[in-house]
Amino acid sequence: MNENTPVIQARNLDLTFETNDGPIHALQDVSLDIMKGDFVSFIGPSGCGKTTFLRVIAALEEPTGGTVTVNGMTPDEARRARAYGYVFQAAGLYPWRTIEGNIRLPLEIMGFERPEMRERIDRVLQLVDLEGFGKKFPWQLSGGMQQRASIARALAFDADILLMDEPFGALDEIVRDHLNEQLLRLWDKTSKTIGFVTHSIPEAVYLSTRIVVMSPRPGRITDVIENTLPRDRPLDIRDTPEFLEIAHRVREGLRAGHAYED
Amino acid sequence: MMRNLLSILTVVAAIIGLWYAACIPMNMHEATQQAQRAGTEVTPATASERLQLGGIALAVKNPTLWRGSFGQDRPRLPSPDQVMTELWNTTGAMALSGRAMSKRSLVFHSWITLSATLLGFAFGTGLGIILAVGIVHSRAMDMSVMPWAIASQTIPILALAPMIIVVLNSIGLQGLIPKAIISAYLSFFPVVVGMVKGLRAPGMMQLDLMRTYNATQGQTLWKLRLPASMPYLFASLKIGISASLIGAIVGELPTGAIRGLGARMLTGSYYGQTIQIWSALFAAAILAAILVGTIGLIQRRTLKRMGMQP
Repeated sequence: MNENTPVIQARNLDLTFETNDGPIHALQDVSLDIMKGDFVSFIGPSGCGKTTFLRVIAALEEPTGGTVTVNGMTPDEARRARAYGYVFQAAGLYPWRTIEGNIRLPLEIMGFERPEMRERIDRVLQLVDLEGFGKKFPWQLSGGMQQRASIARALAFDADILLMDEPFGALDEIVRDHLNEQLLRLWDKTSKTIGFVTHSIPEAVYLSTRIVVMSPRPGRITDVIENTLPRDRPLDIRDTPEFLEIAHRVREGLRAGHAYED
Repeated sequence: MMRNLLSILTVVAAIIGLWYAACIPMNMHEATQQAQRAGTEVTPATASERLQLGGIALAVKNPTLWRGSFGQDRPRLPSPDQVMTELWNTTGAMALSGRAMSKRSLVFHSWITLSATLLGFAFGTGLGIILAVGIVHSRAMDMSVMPWAIASQTIPILALAPMIIVVLNSIGLQGLIPKAIISAYLSFFPVVVGMVKGLRAPGMMQLDLMRTYNATQGQTLWKLRLPASMPYLFASLKIGISASLIGAIVGELPTGAIRGLGARMLTGSYYGQTIQIWSALFAAAILAAILVGTIGLIQRRTLKRMGMQP
């Protein structure tokens, strides 16, 4: 695959949930290409379908219309080929397993050999800066460290795609800044394709190569913003005029999608 | 810790005090009878008049005869020291003289009941876990098994036990197995209920995570559902083991069994040996406490090894 092949390709995607209060249009006519090595953020108010879109890509939801391909396969084939790692909003570590044990979980399920497991665990622990914490139980770690461990778990089996659903949403600002910086470095080192759901504008602008602005009822894409910031981004890039300019565009996009409310 | 101990001892002392106090009116008729035979003045003077009176009234009229309520051979209500003495004589004292397994020893009878309890508990727990796994994985089983499991527990075991014994006897099963089956019948239910809840304890996110790994149902069961259900399992096991013990004792009652704690209680009641009944009762209670305590200990060690916070 070269740089210009879409890894994830969505065409006219629809998803309607039937509920007792009538149908809910979670996604309507969503089309998007995500290229190899992209870092794409999905931003929008709650109910705009950003999480649903991520779940459709992961084959955790079935679309009611349109098509998606992941690595040229259907999402379910991609899931069975273990094409992606998924990071949820909560770390969701198993309390009865150590940090190592948690990272080993997908490796056990996928049937890796023991020496290889060992080698992979050590490598991802190092990637997320948790060397020396492998033998600890989750409750012995802070919330930020637990979330890093869950990212390590998603990285352990080396899928090309990383899908992250508001992974830092429950963490405080300082920890979040730190993890954002780490995530950028990790993306740079591993050159994975990342889909990242957030509701924070600075986070989206700081991390992404492209920002997908979504709006609710029905959930749809209202704008796709190319991020022109350089790949190398120190934290204080957030005070530069370029950064603020892009953040402004995102805010405008969110407001436009929201205007019919109030 | 000290304060806890103090409050526990206070409660125990209050119970013993109440028990001793209750012995007086309960045994007063027999006490006045014996006193009269020994030539002491008793009010009222005739036995038939005394029978008209309740125990408390009789005790009030004869305050000097209270002592006679204690230490009777066949009291209506034996005093705590009588029960404890009998308990010691039939357990510790016999064990010290090397007759722990004699037919008169409560250690022997306890062992008979315990073996049925443990076997039944193993059956019941195994059956309970298998049913719970089935219920969680199959909607048909969820709809069909649970109502029957609940219905099974609404039938009084005392009514069912003789039938189980008779039916099994007719196919040549006697002794340990029928009792164990009655035990299992009582103990599988809390395990089913607890394990269904425990196996369903993992949330949507945990299950979605397994799905993203393309884990099989077996892997999800083994690596997620079973470990997550452990706290629930142990809570159920504690109820299950005491239900097993009750099952084993009830299983000994209708068979005319001559061995086991249930048999001890039954023969005690045939011959008016209240002290024997009470000491068998206490032996059963102590056995239950040991069993539940043992499970509590295993629970603490297991959950600690699983890294769950104490």
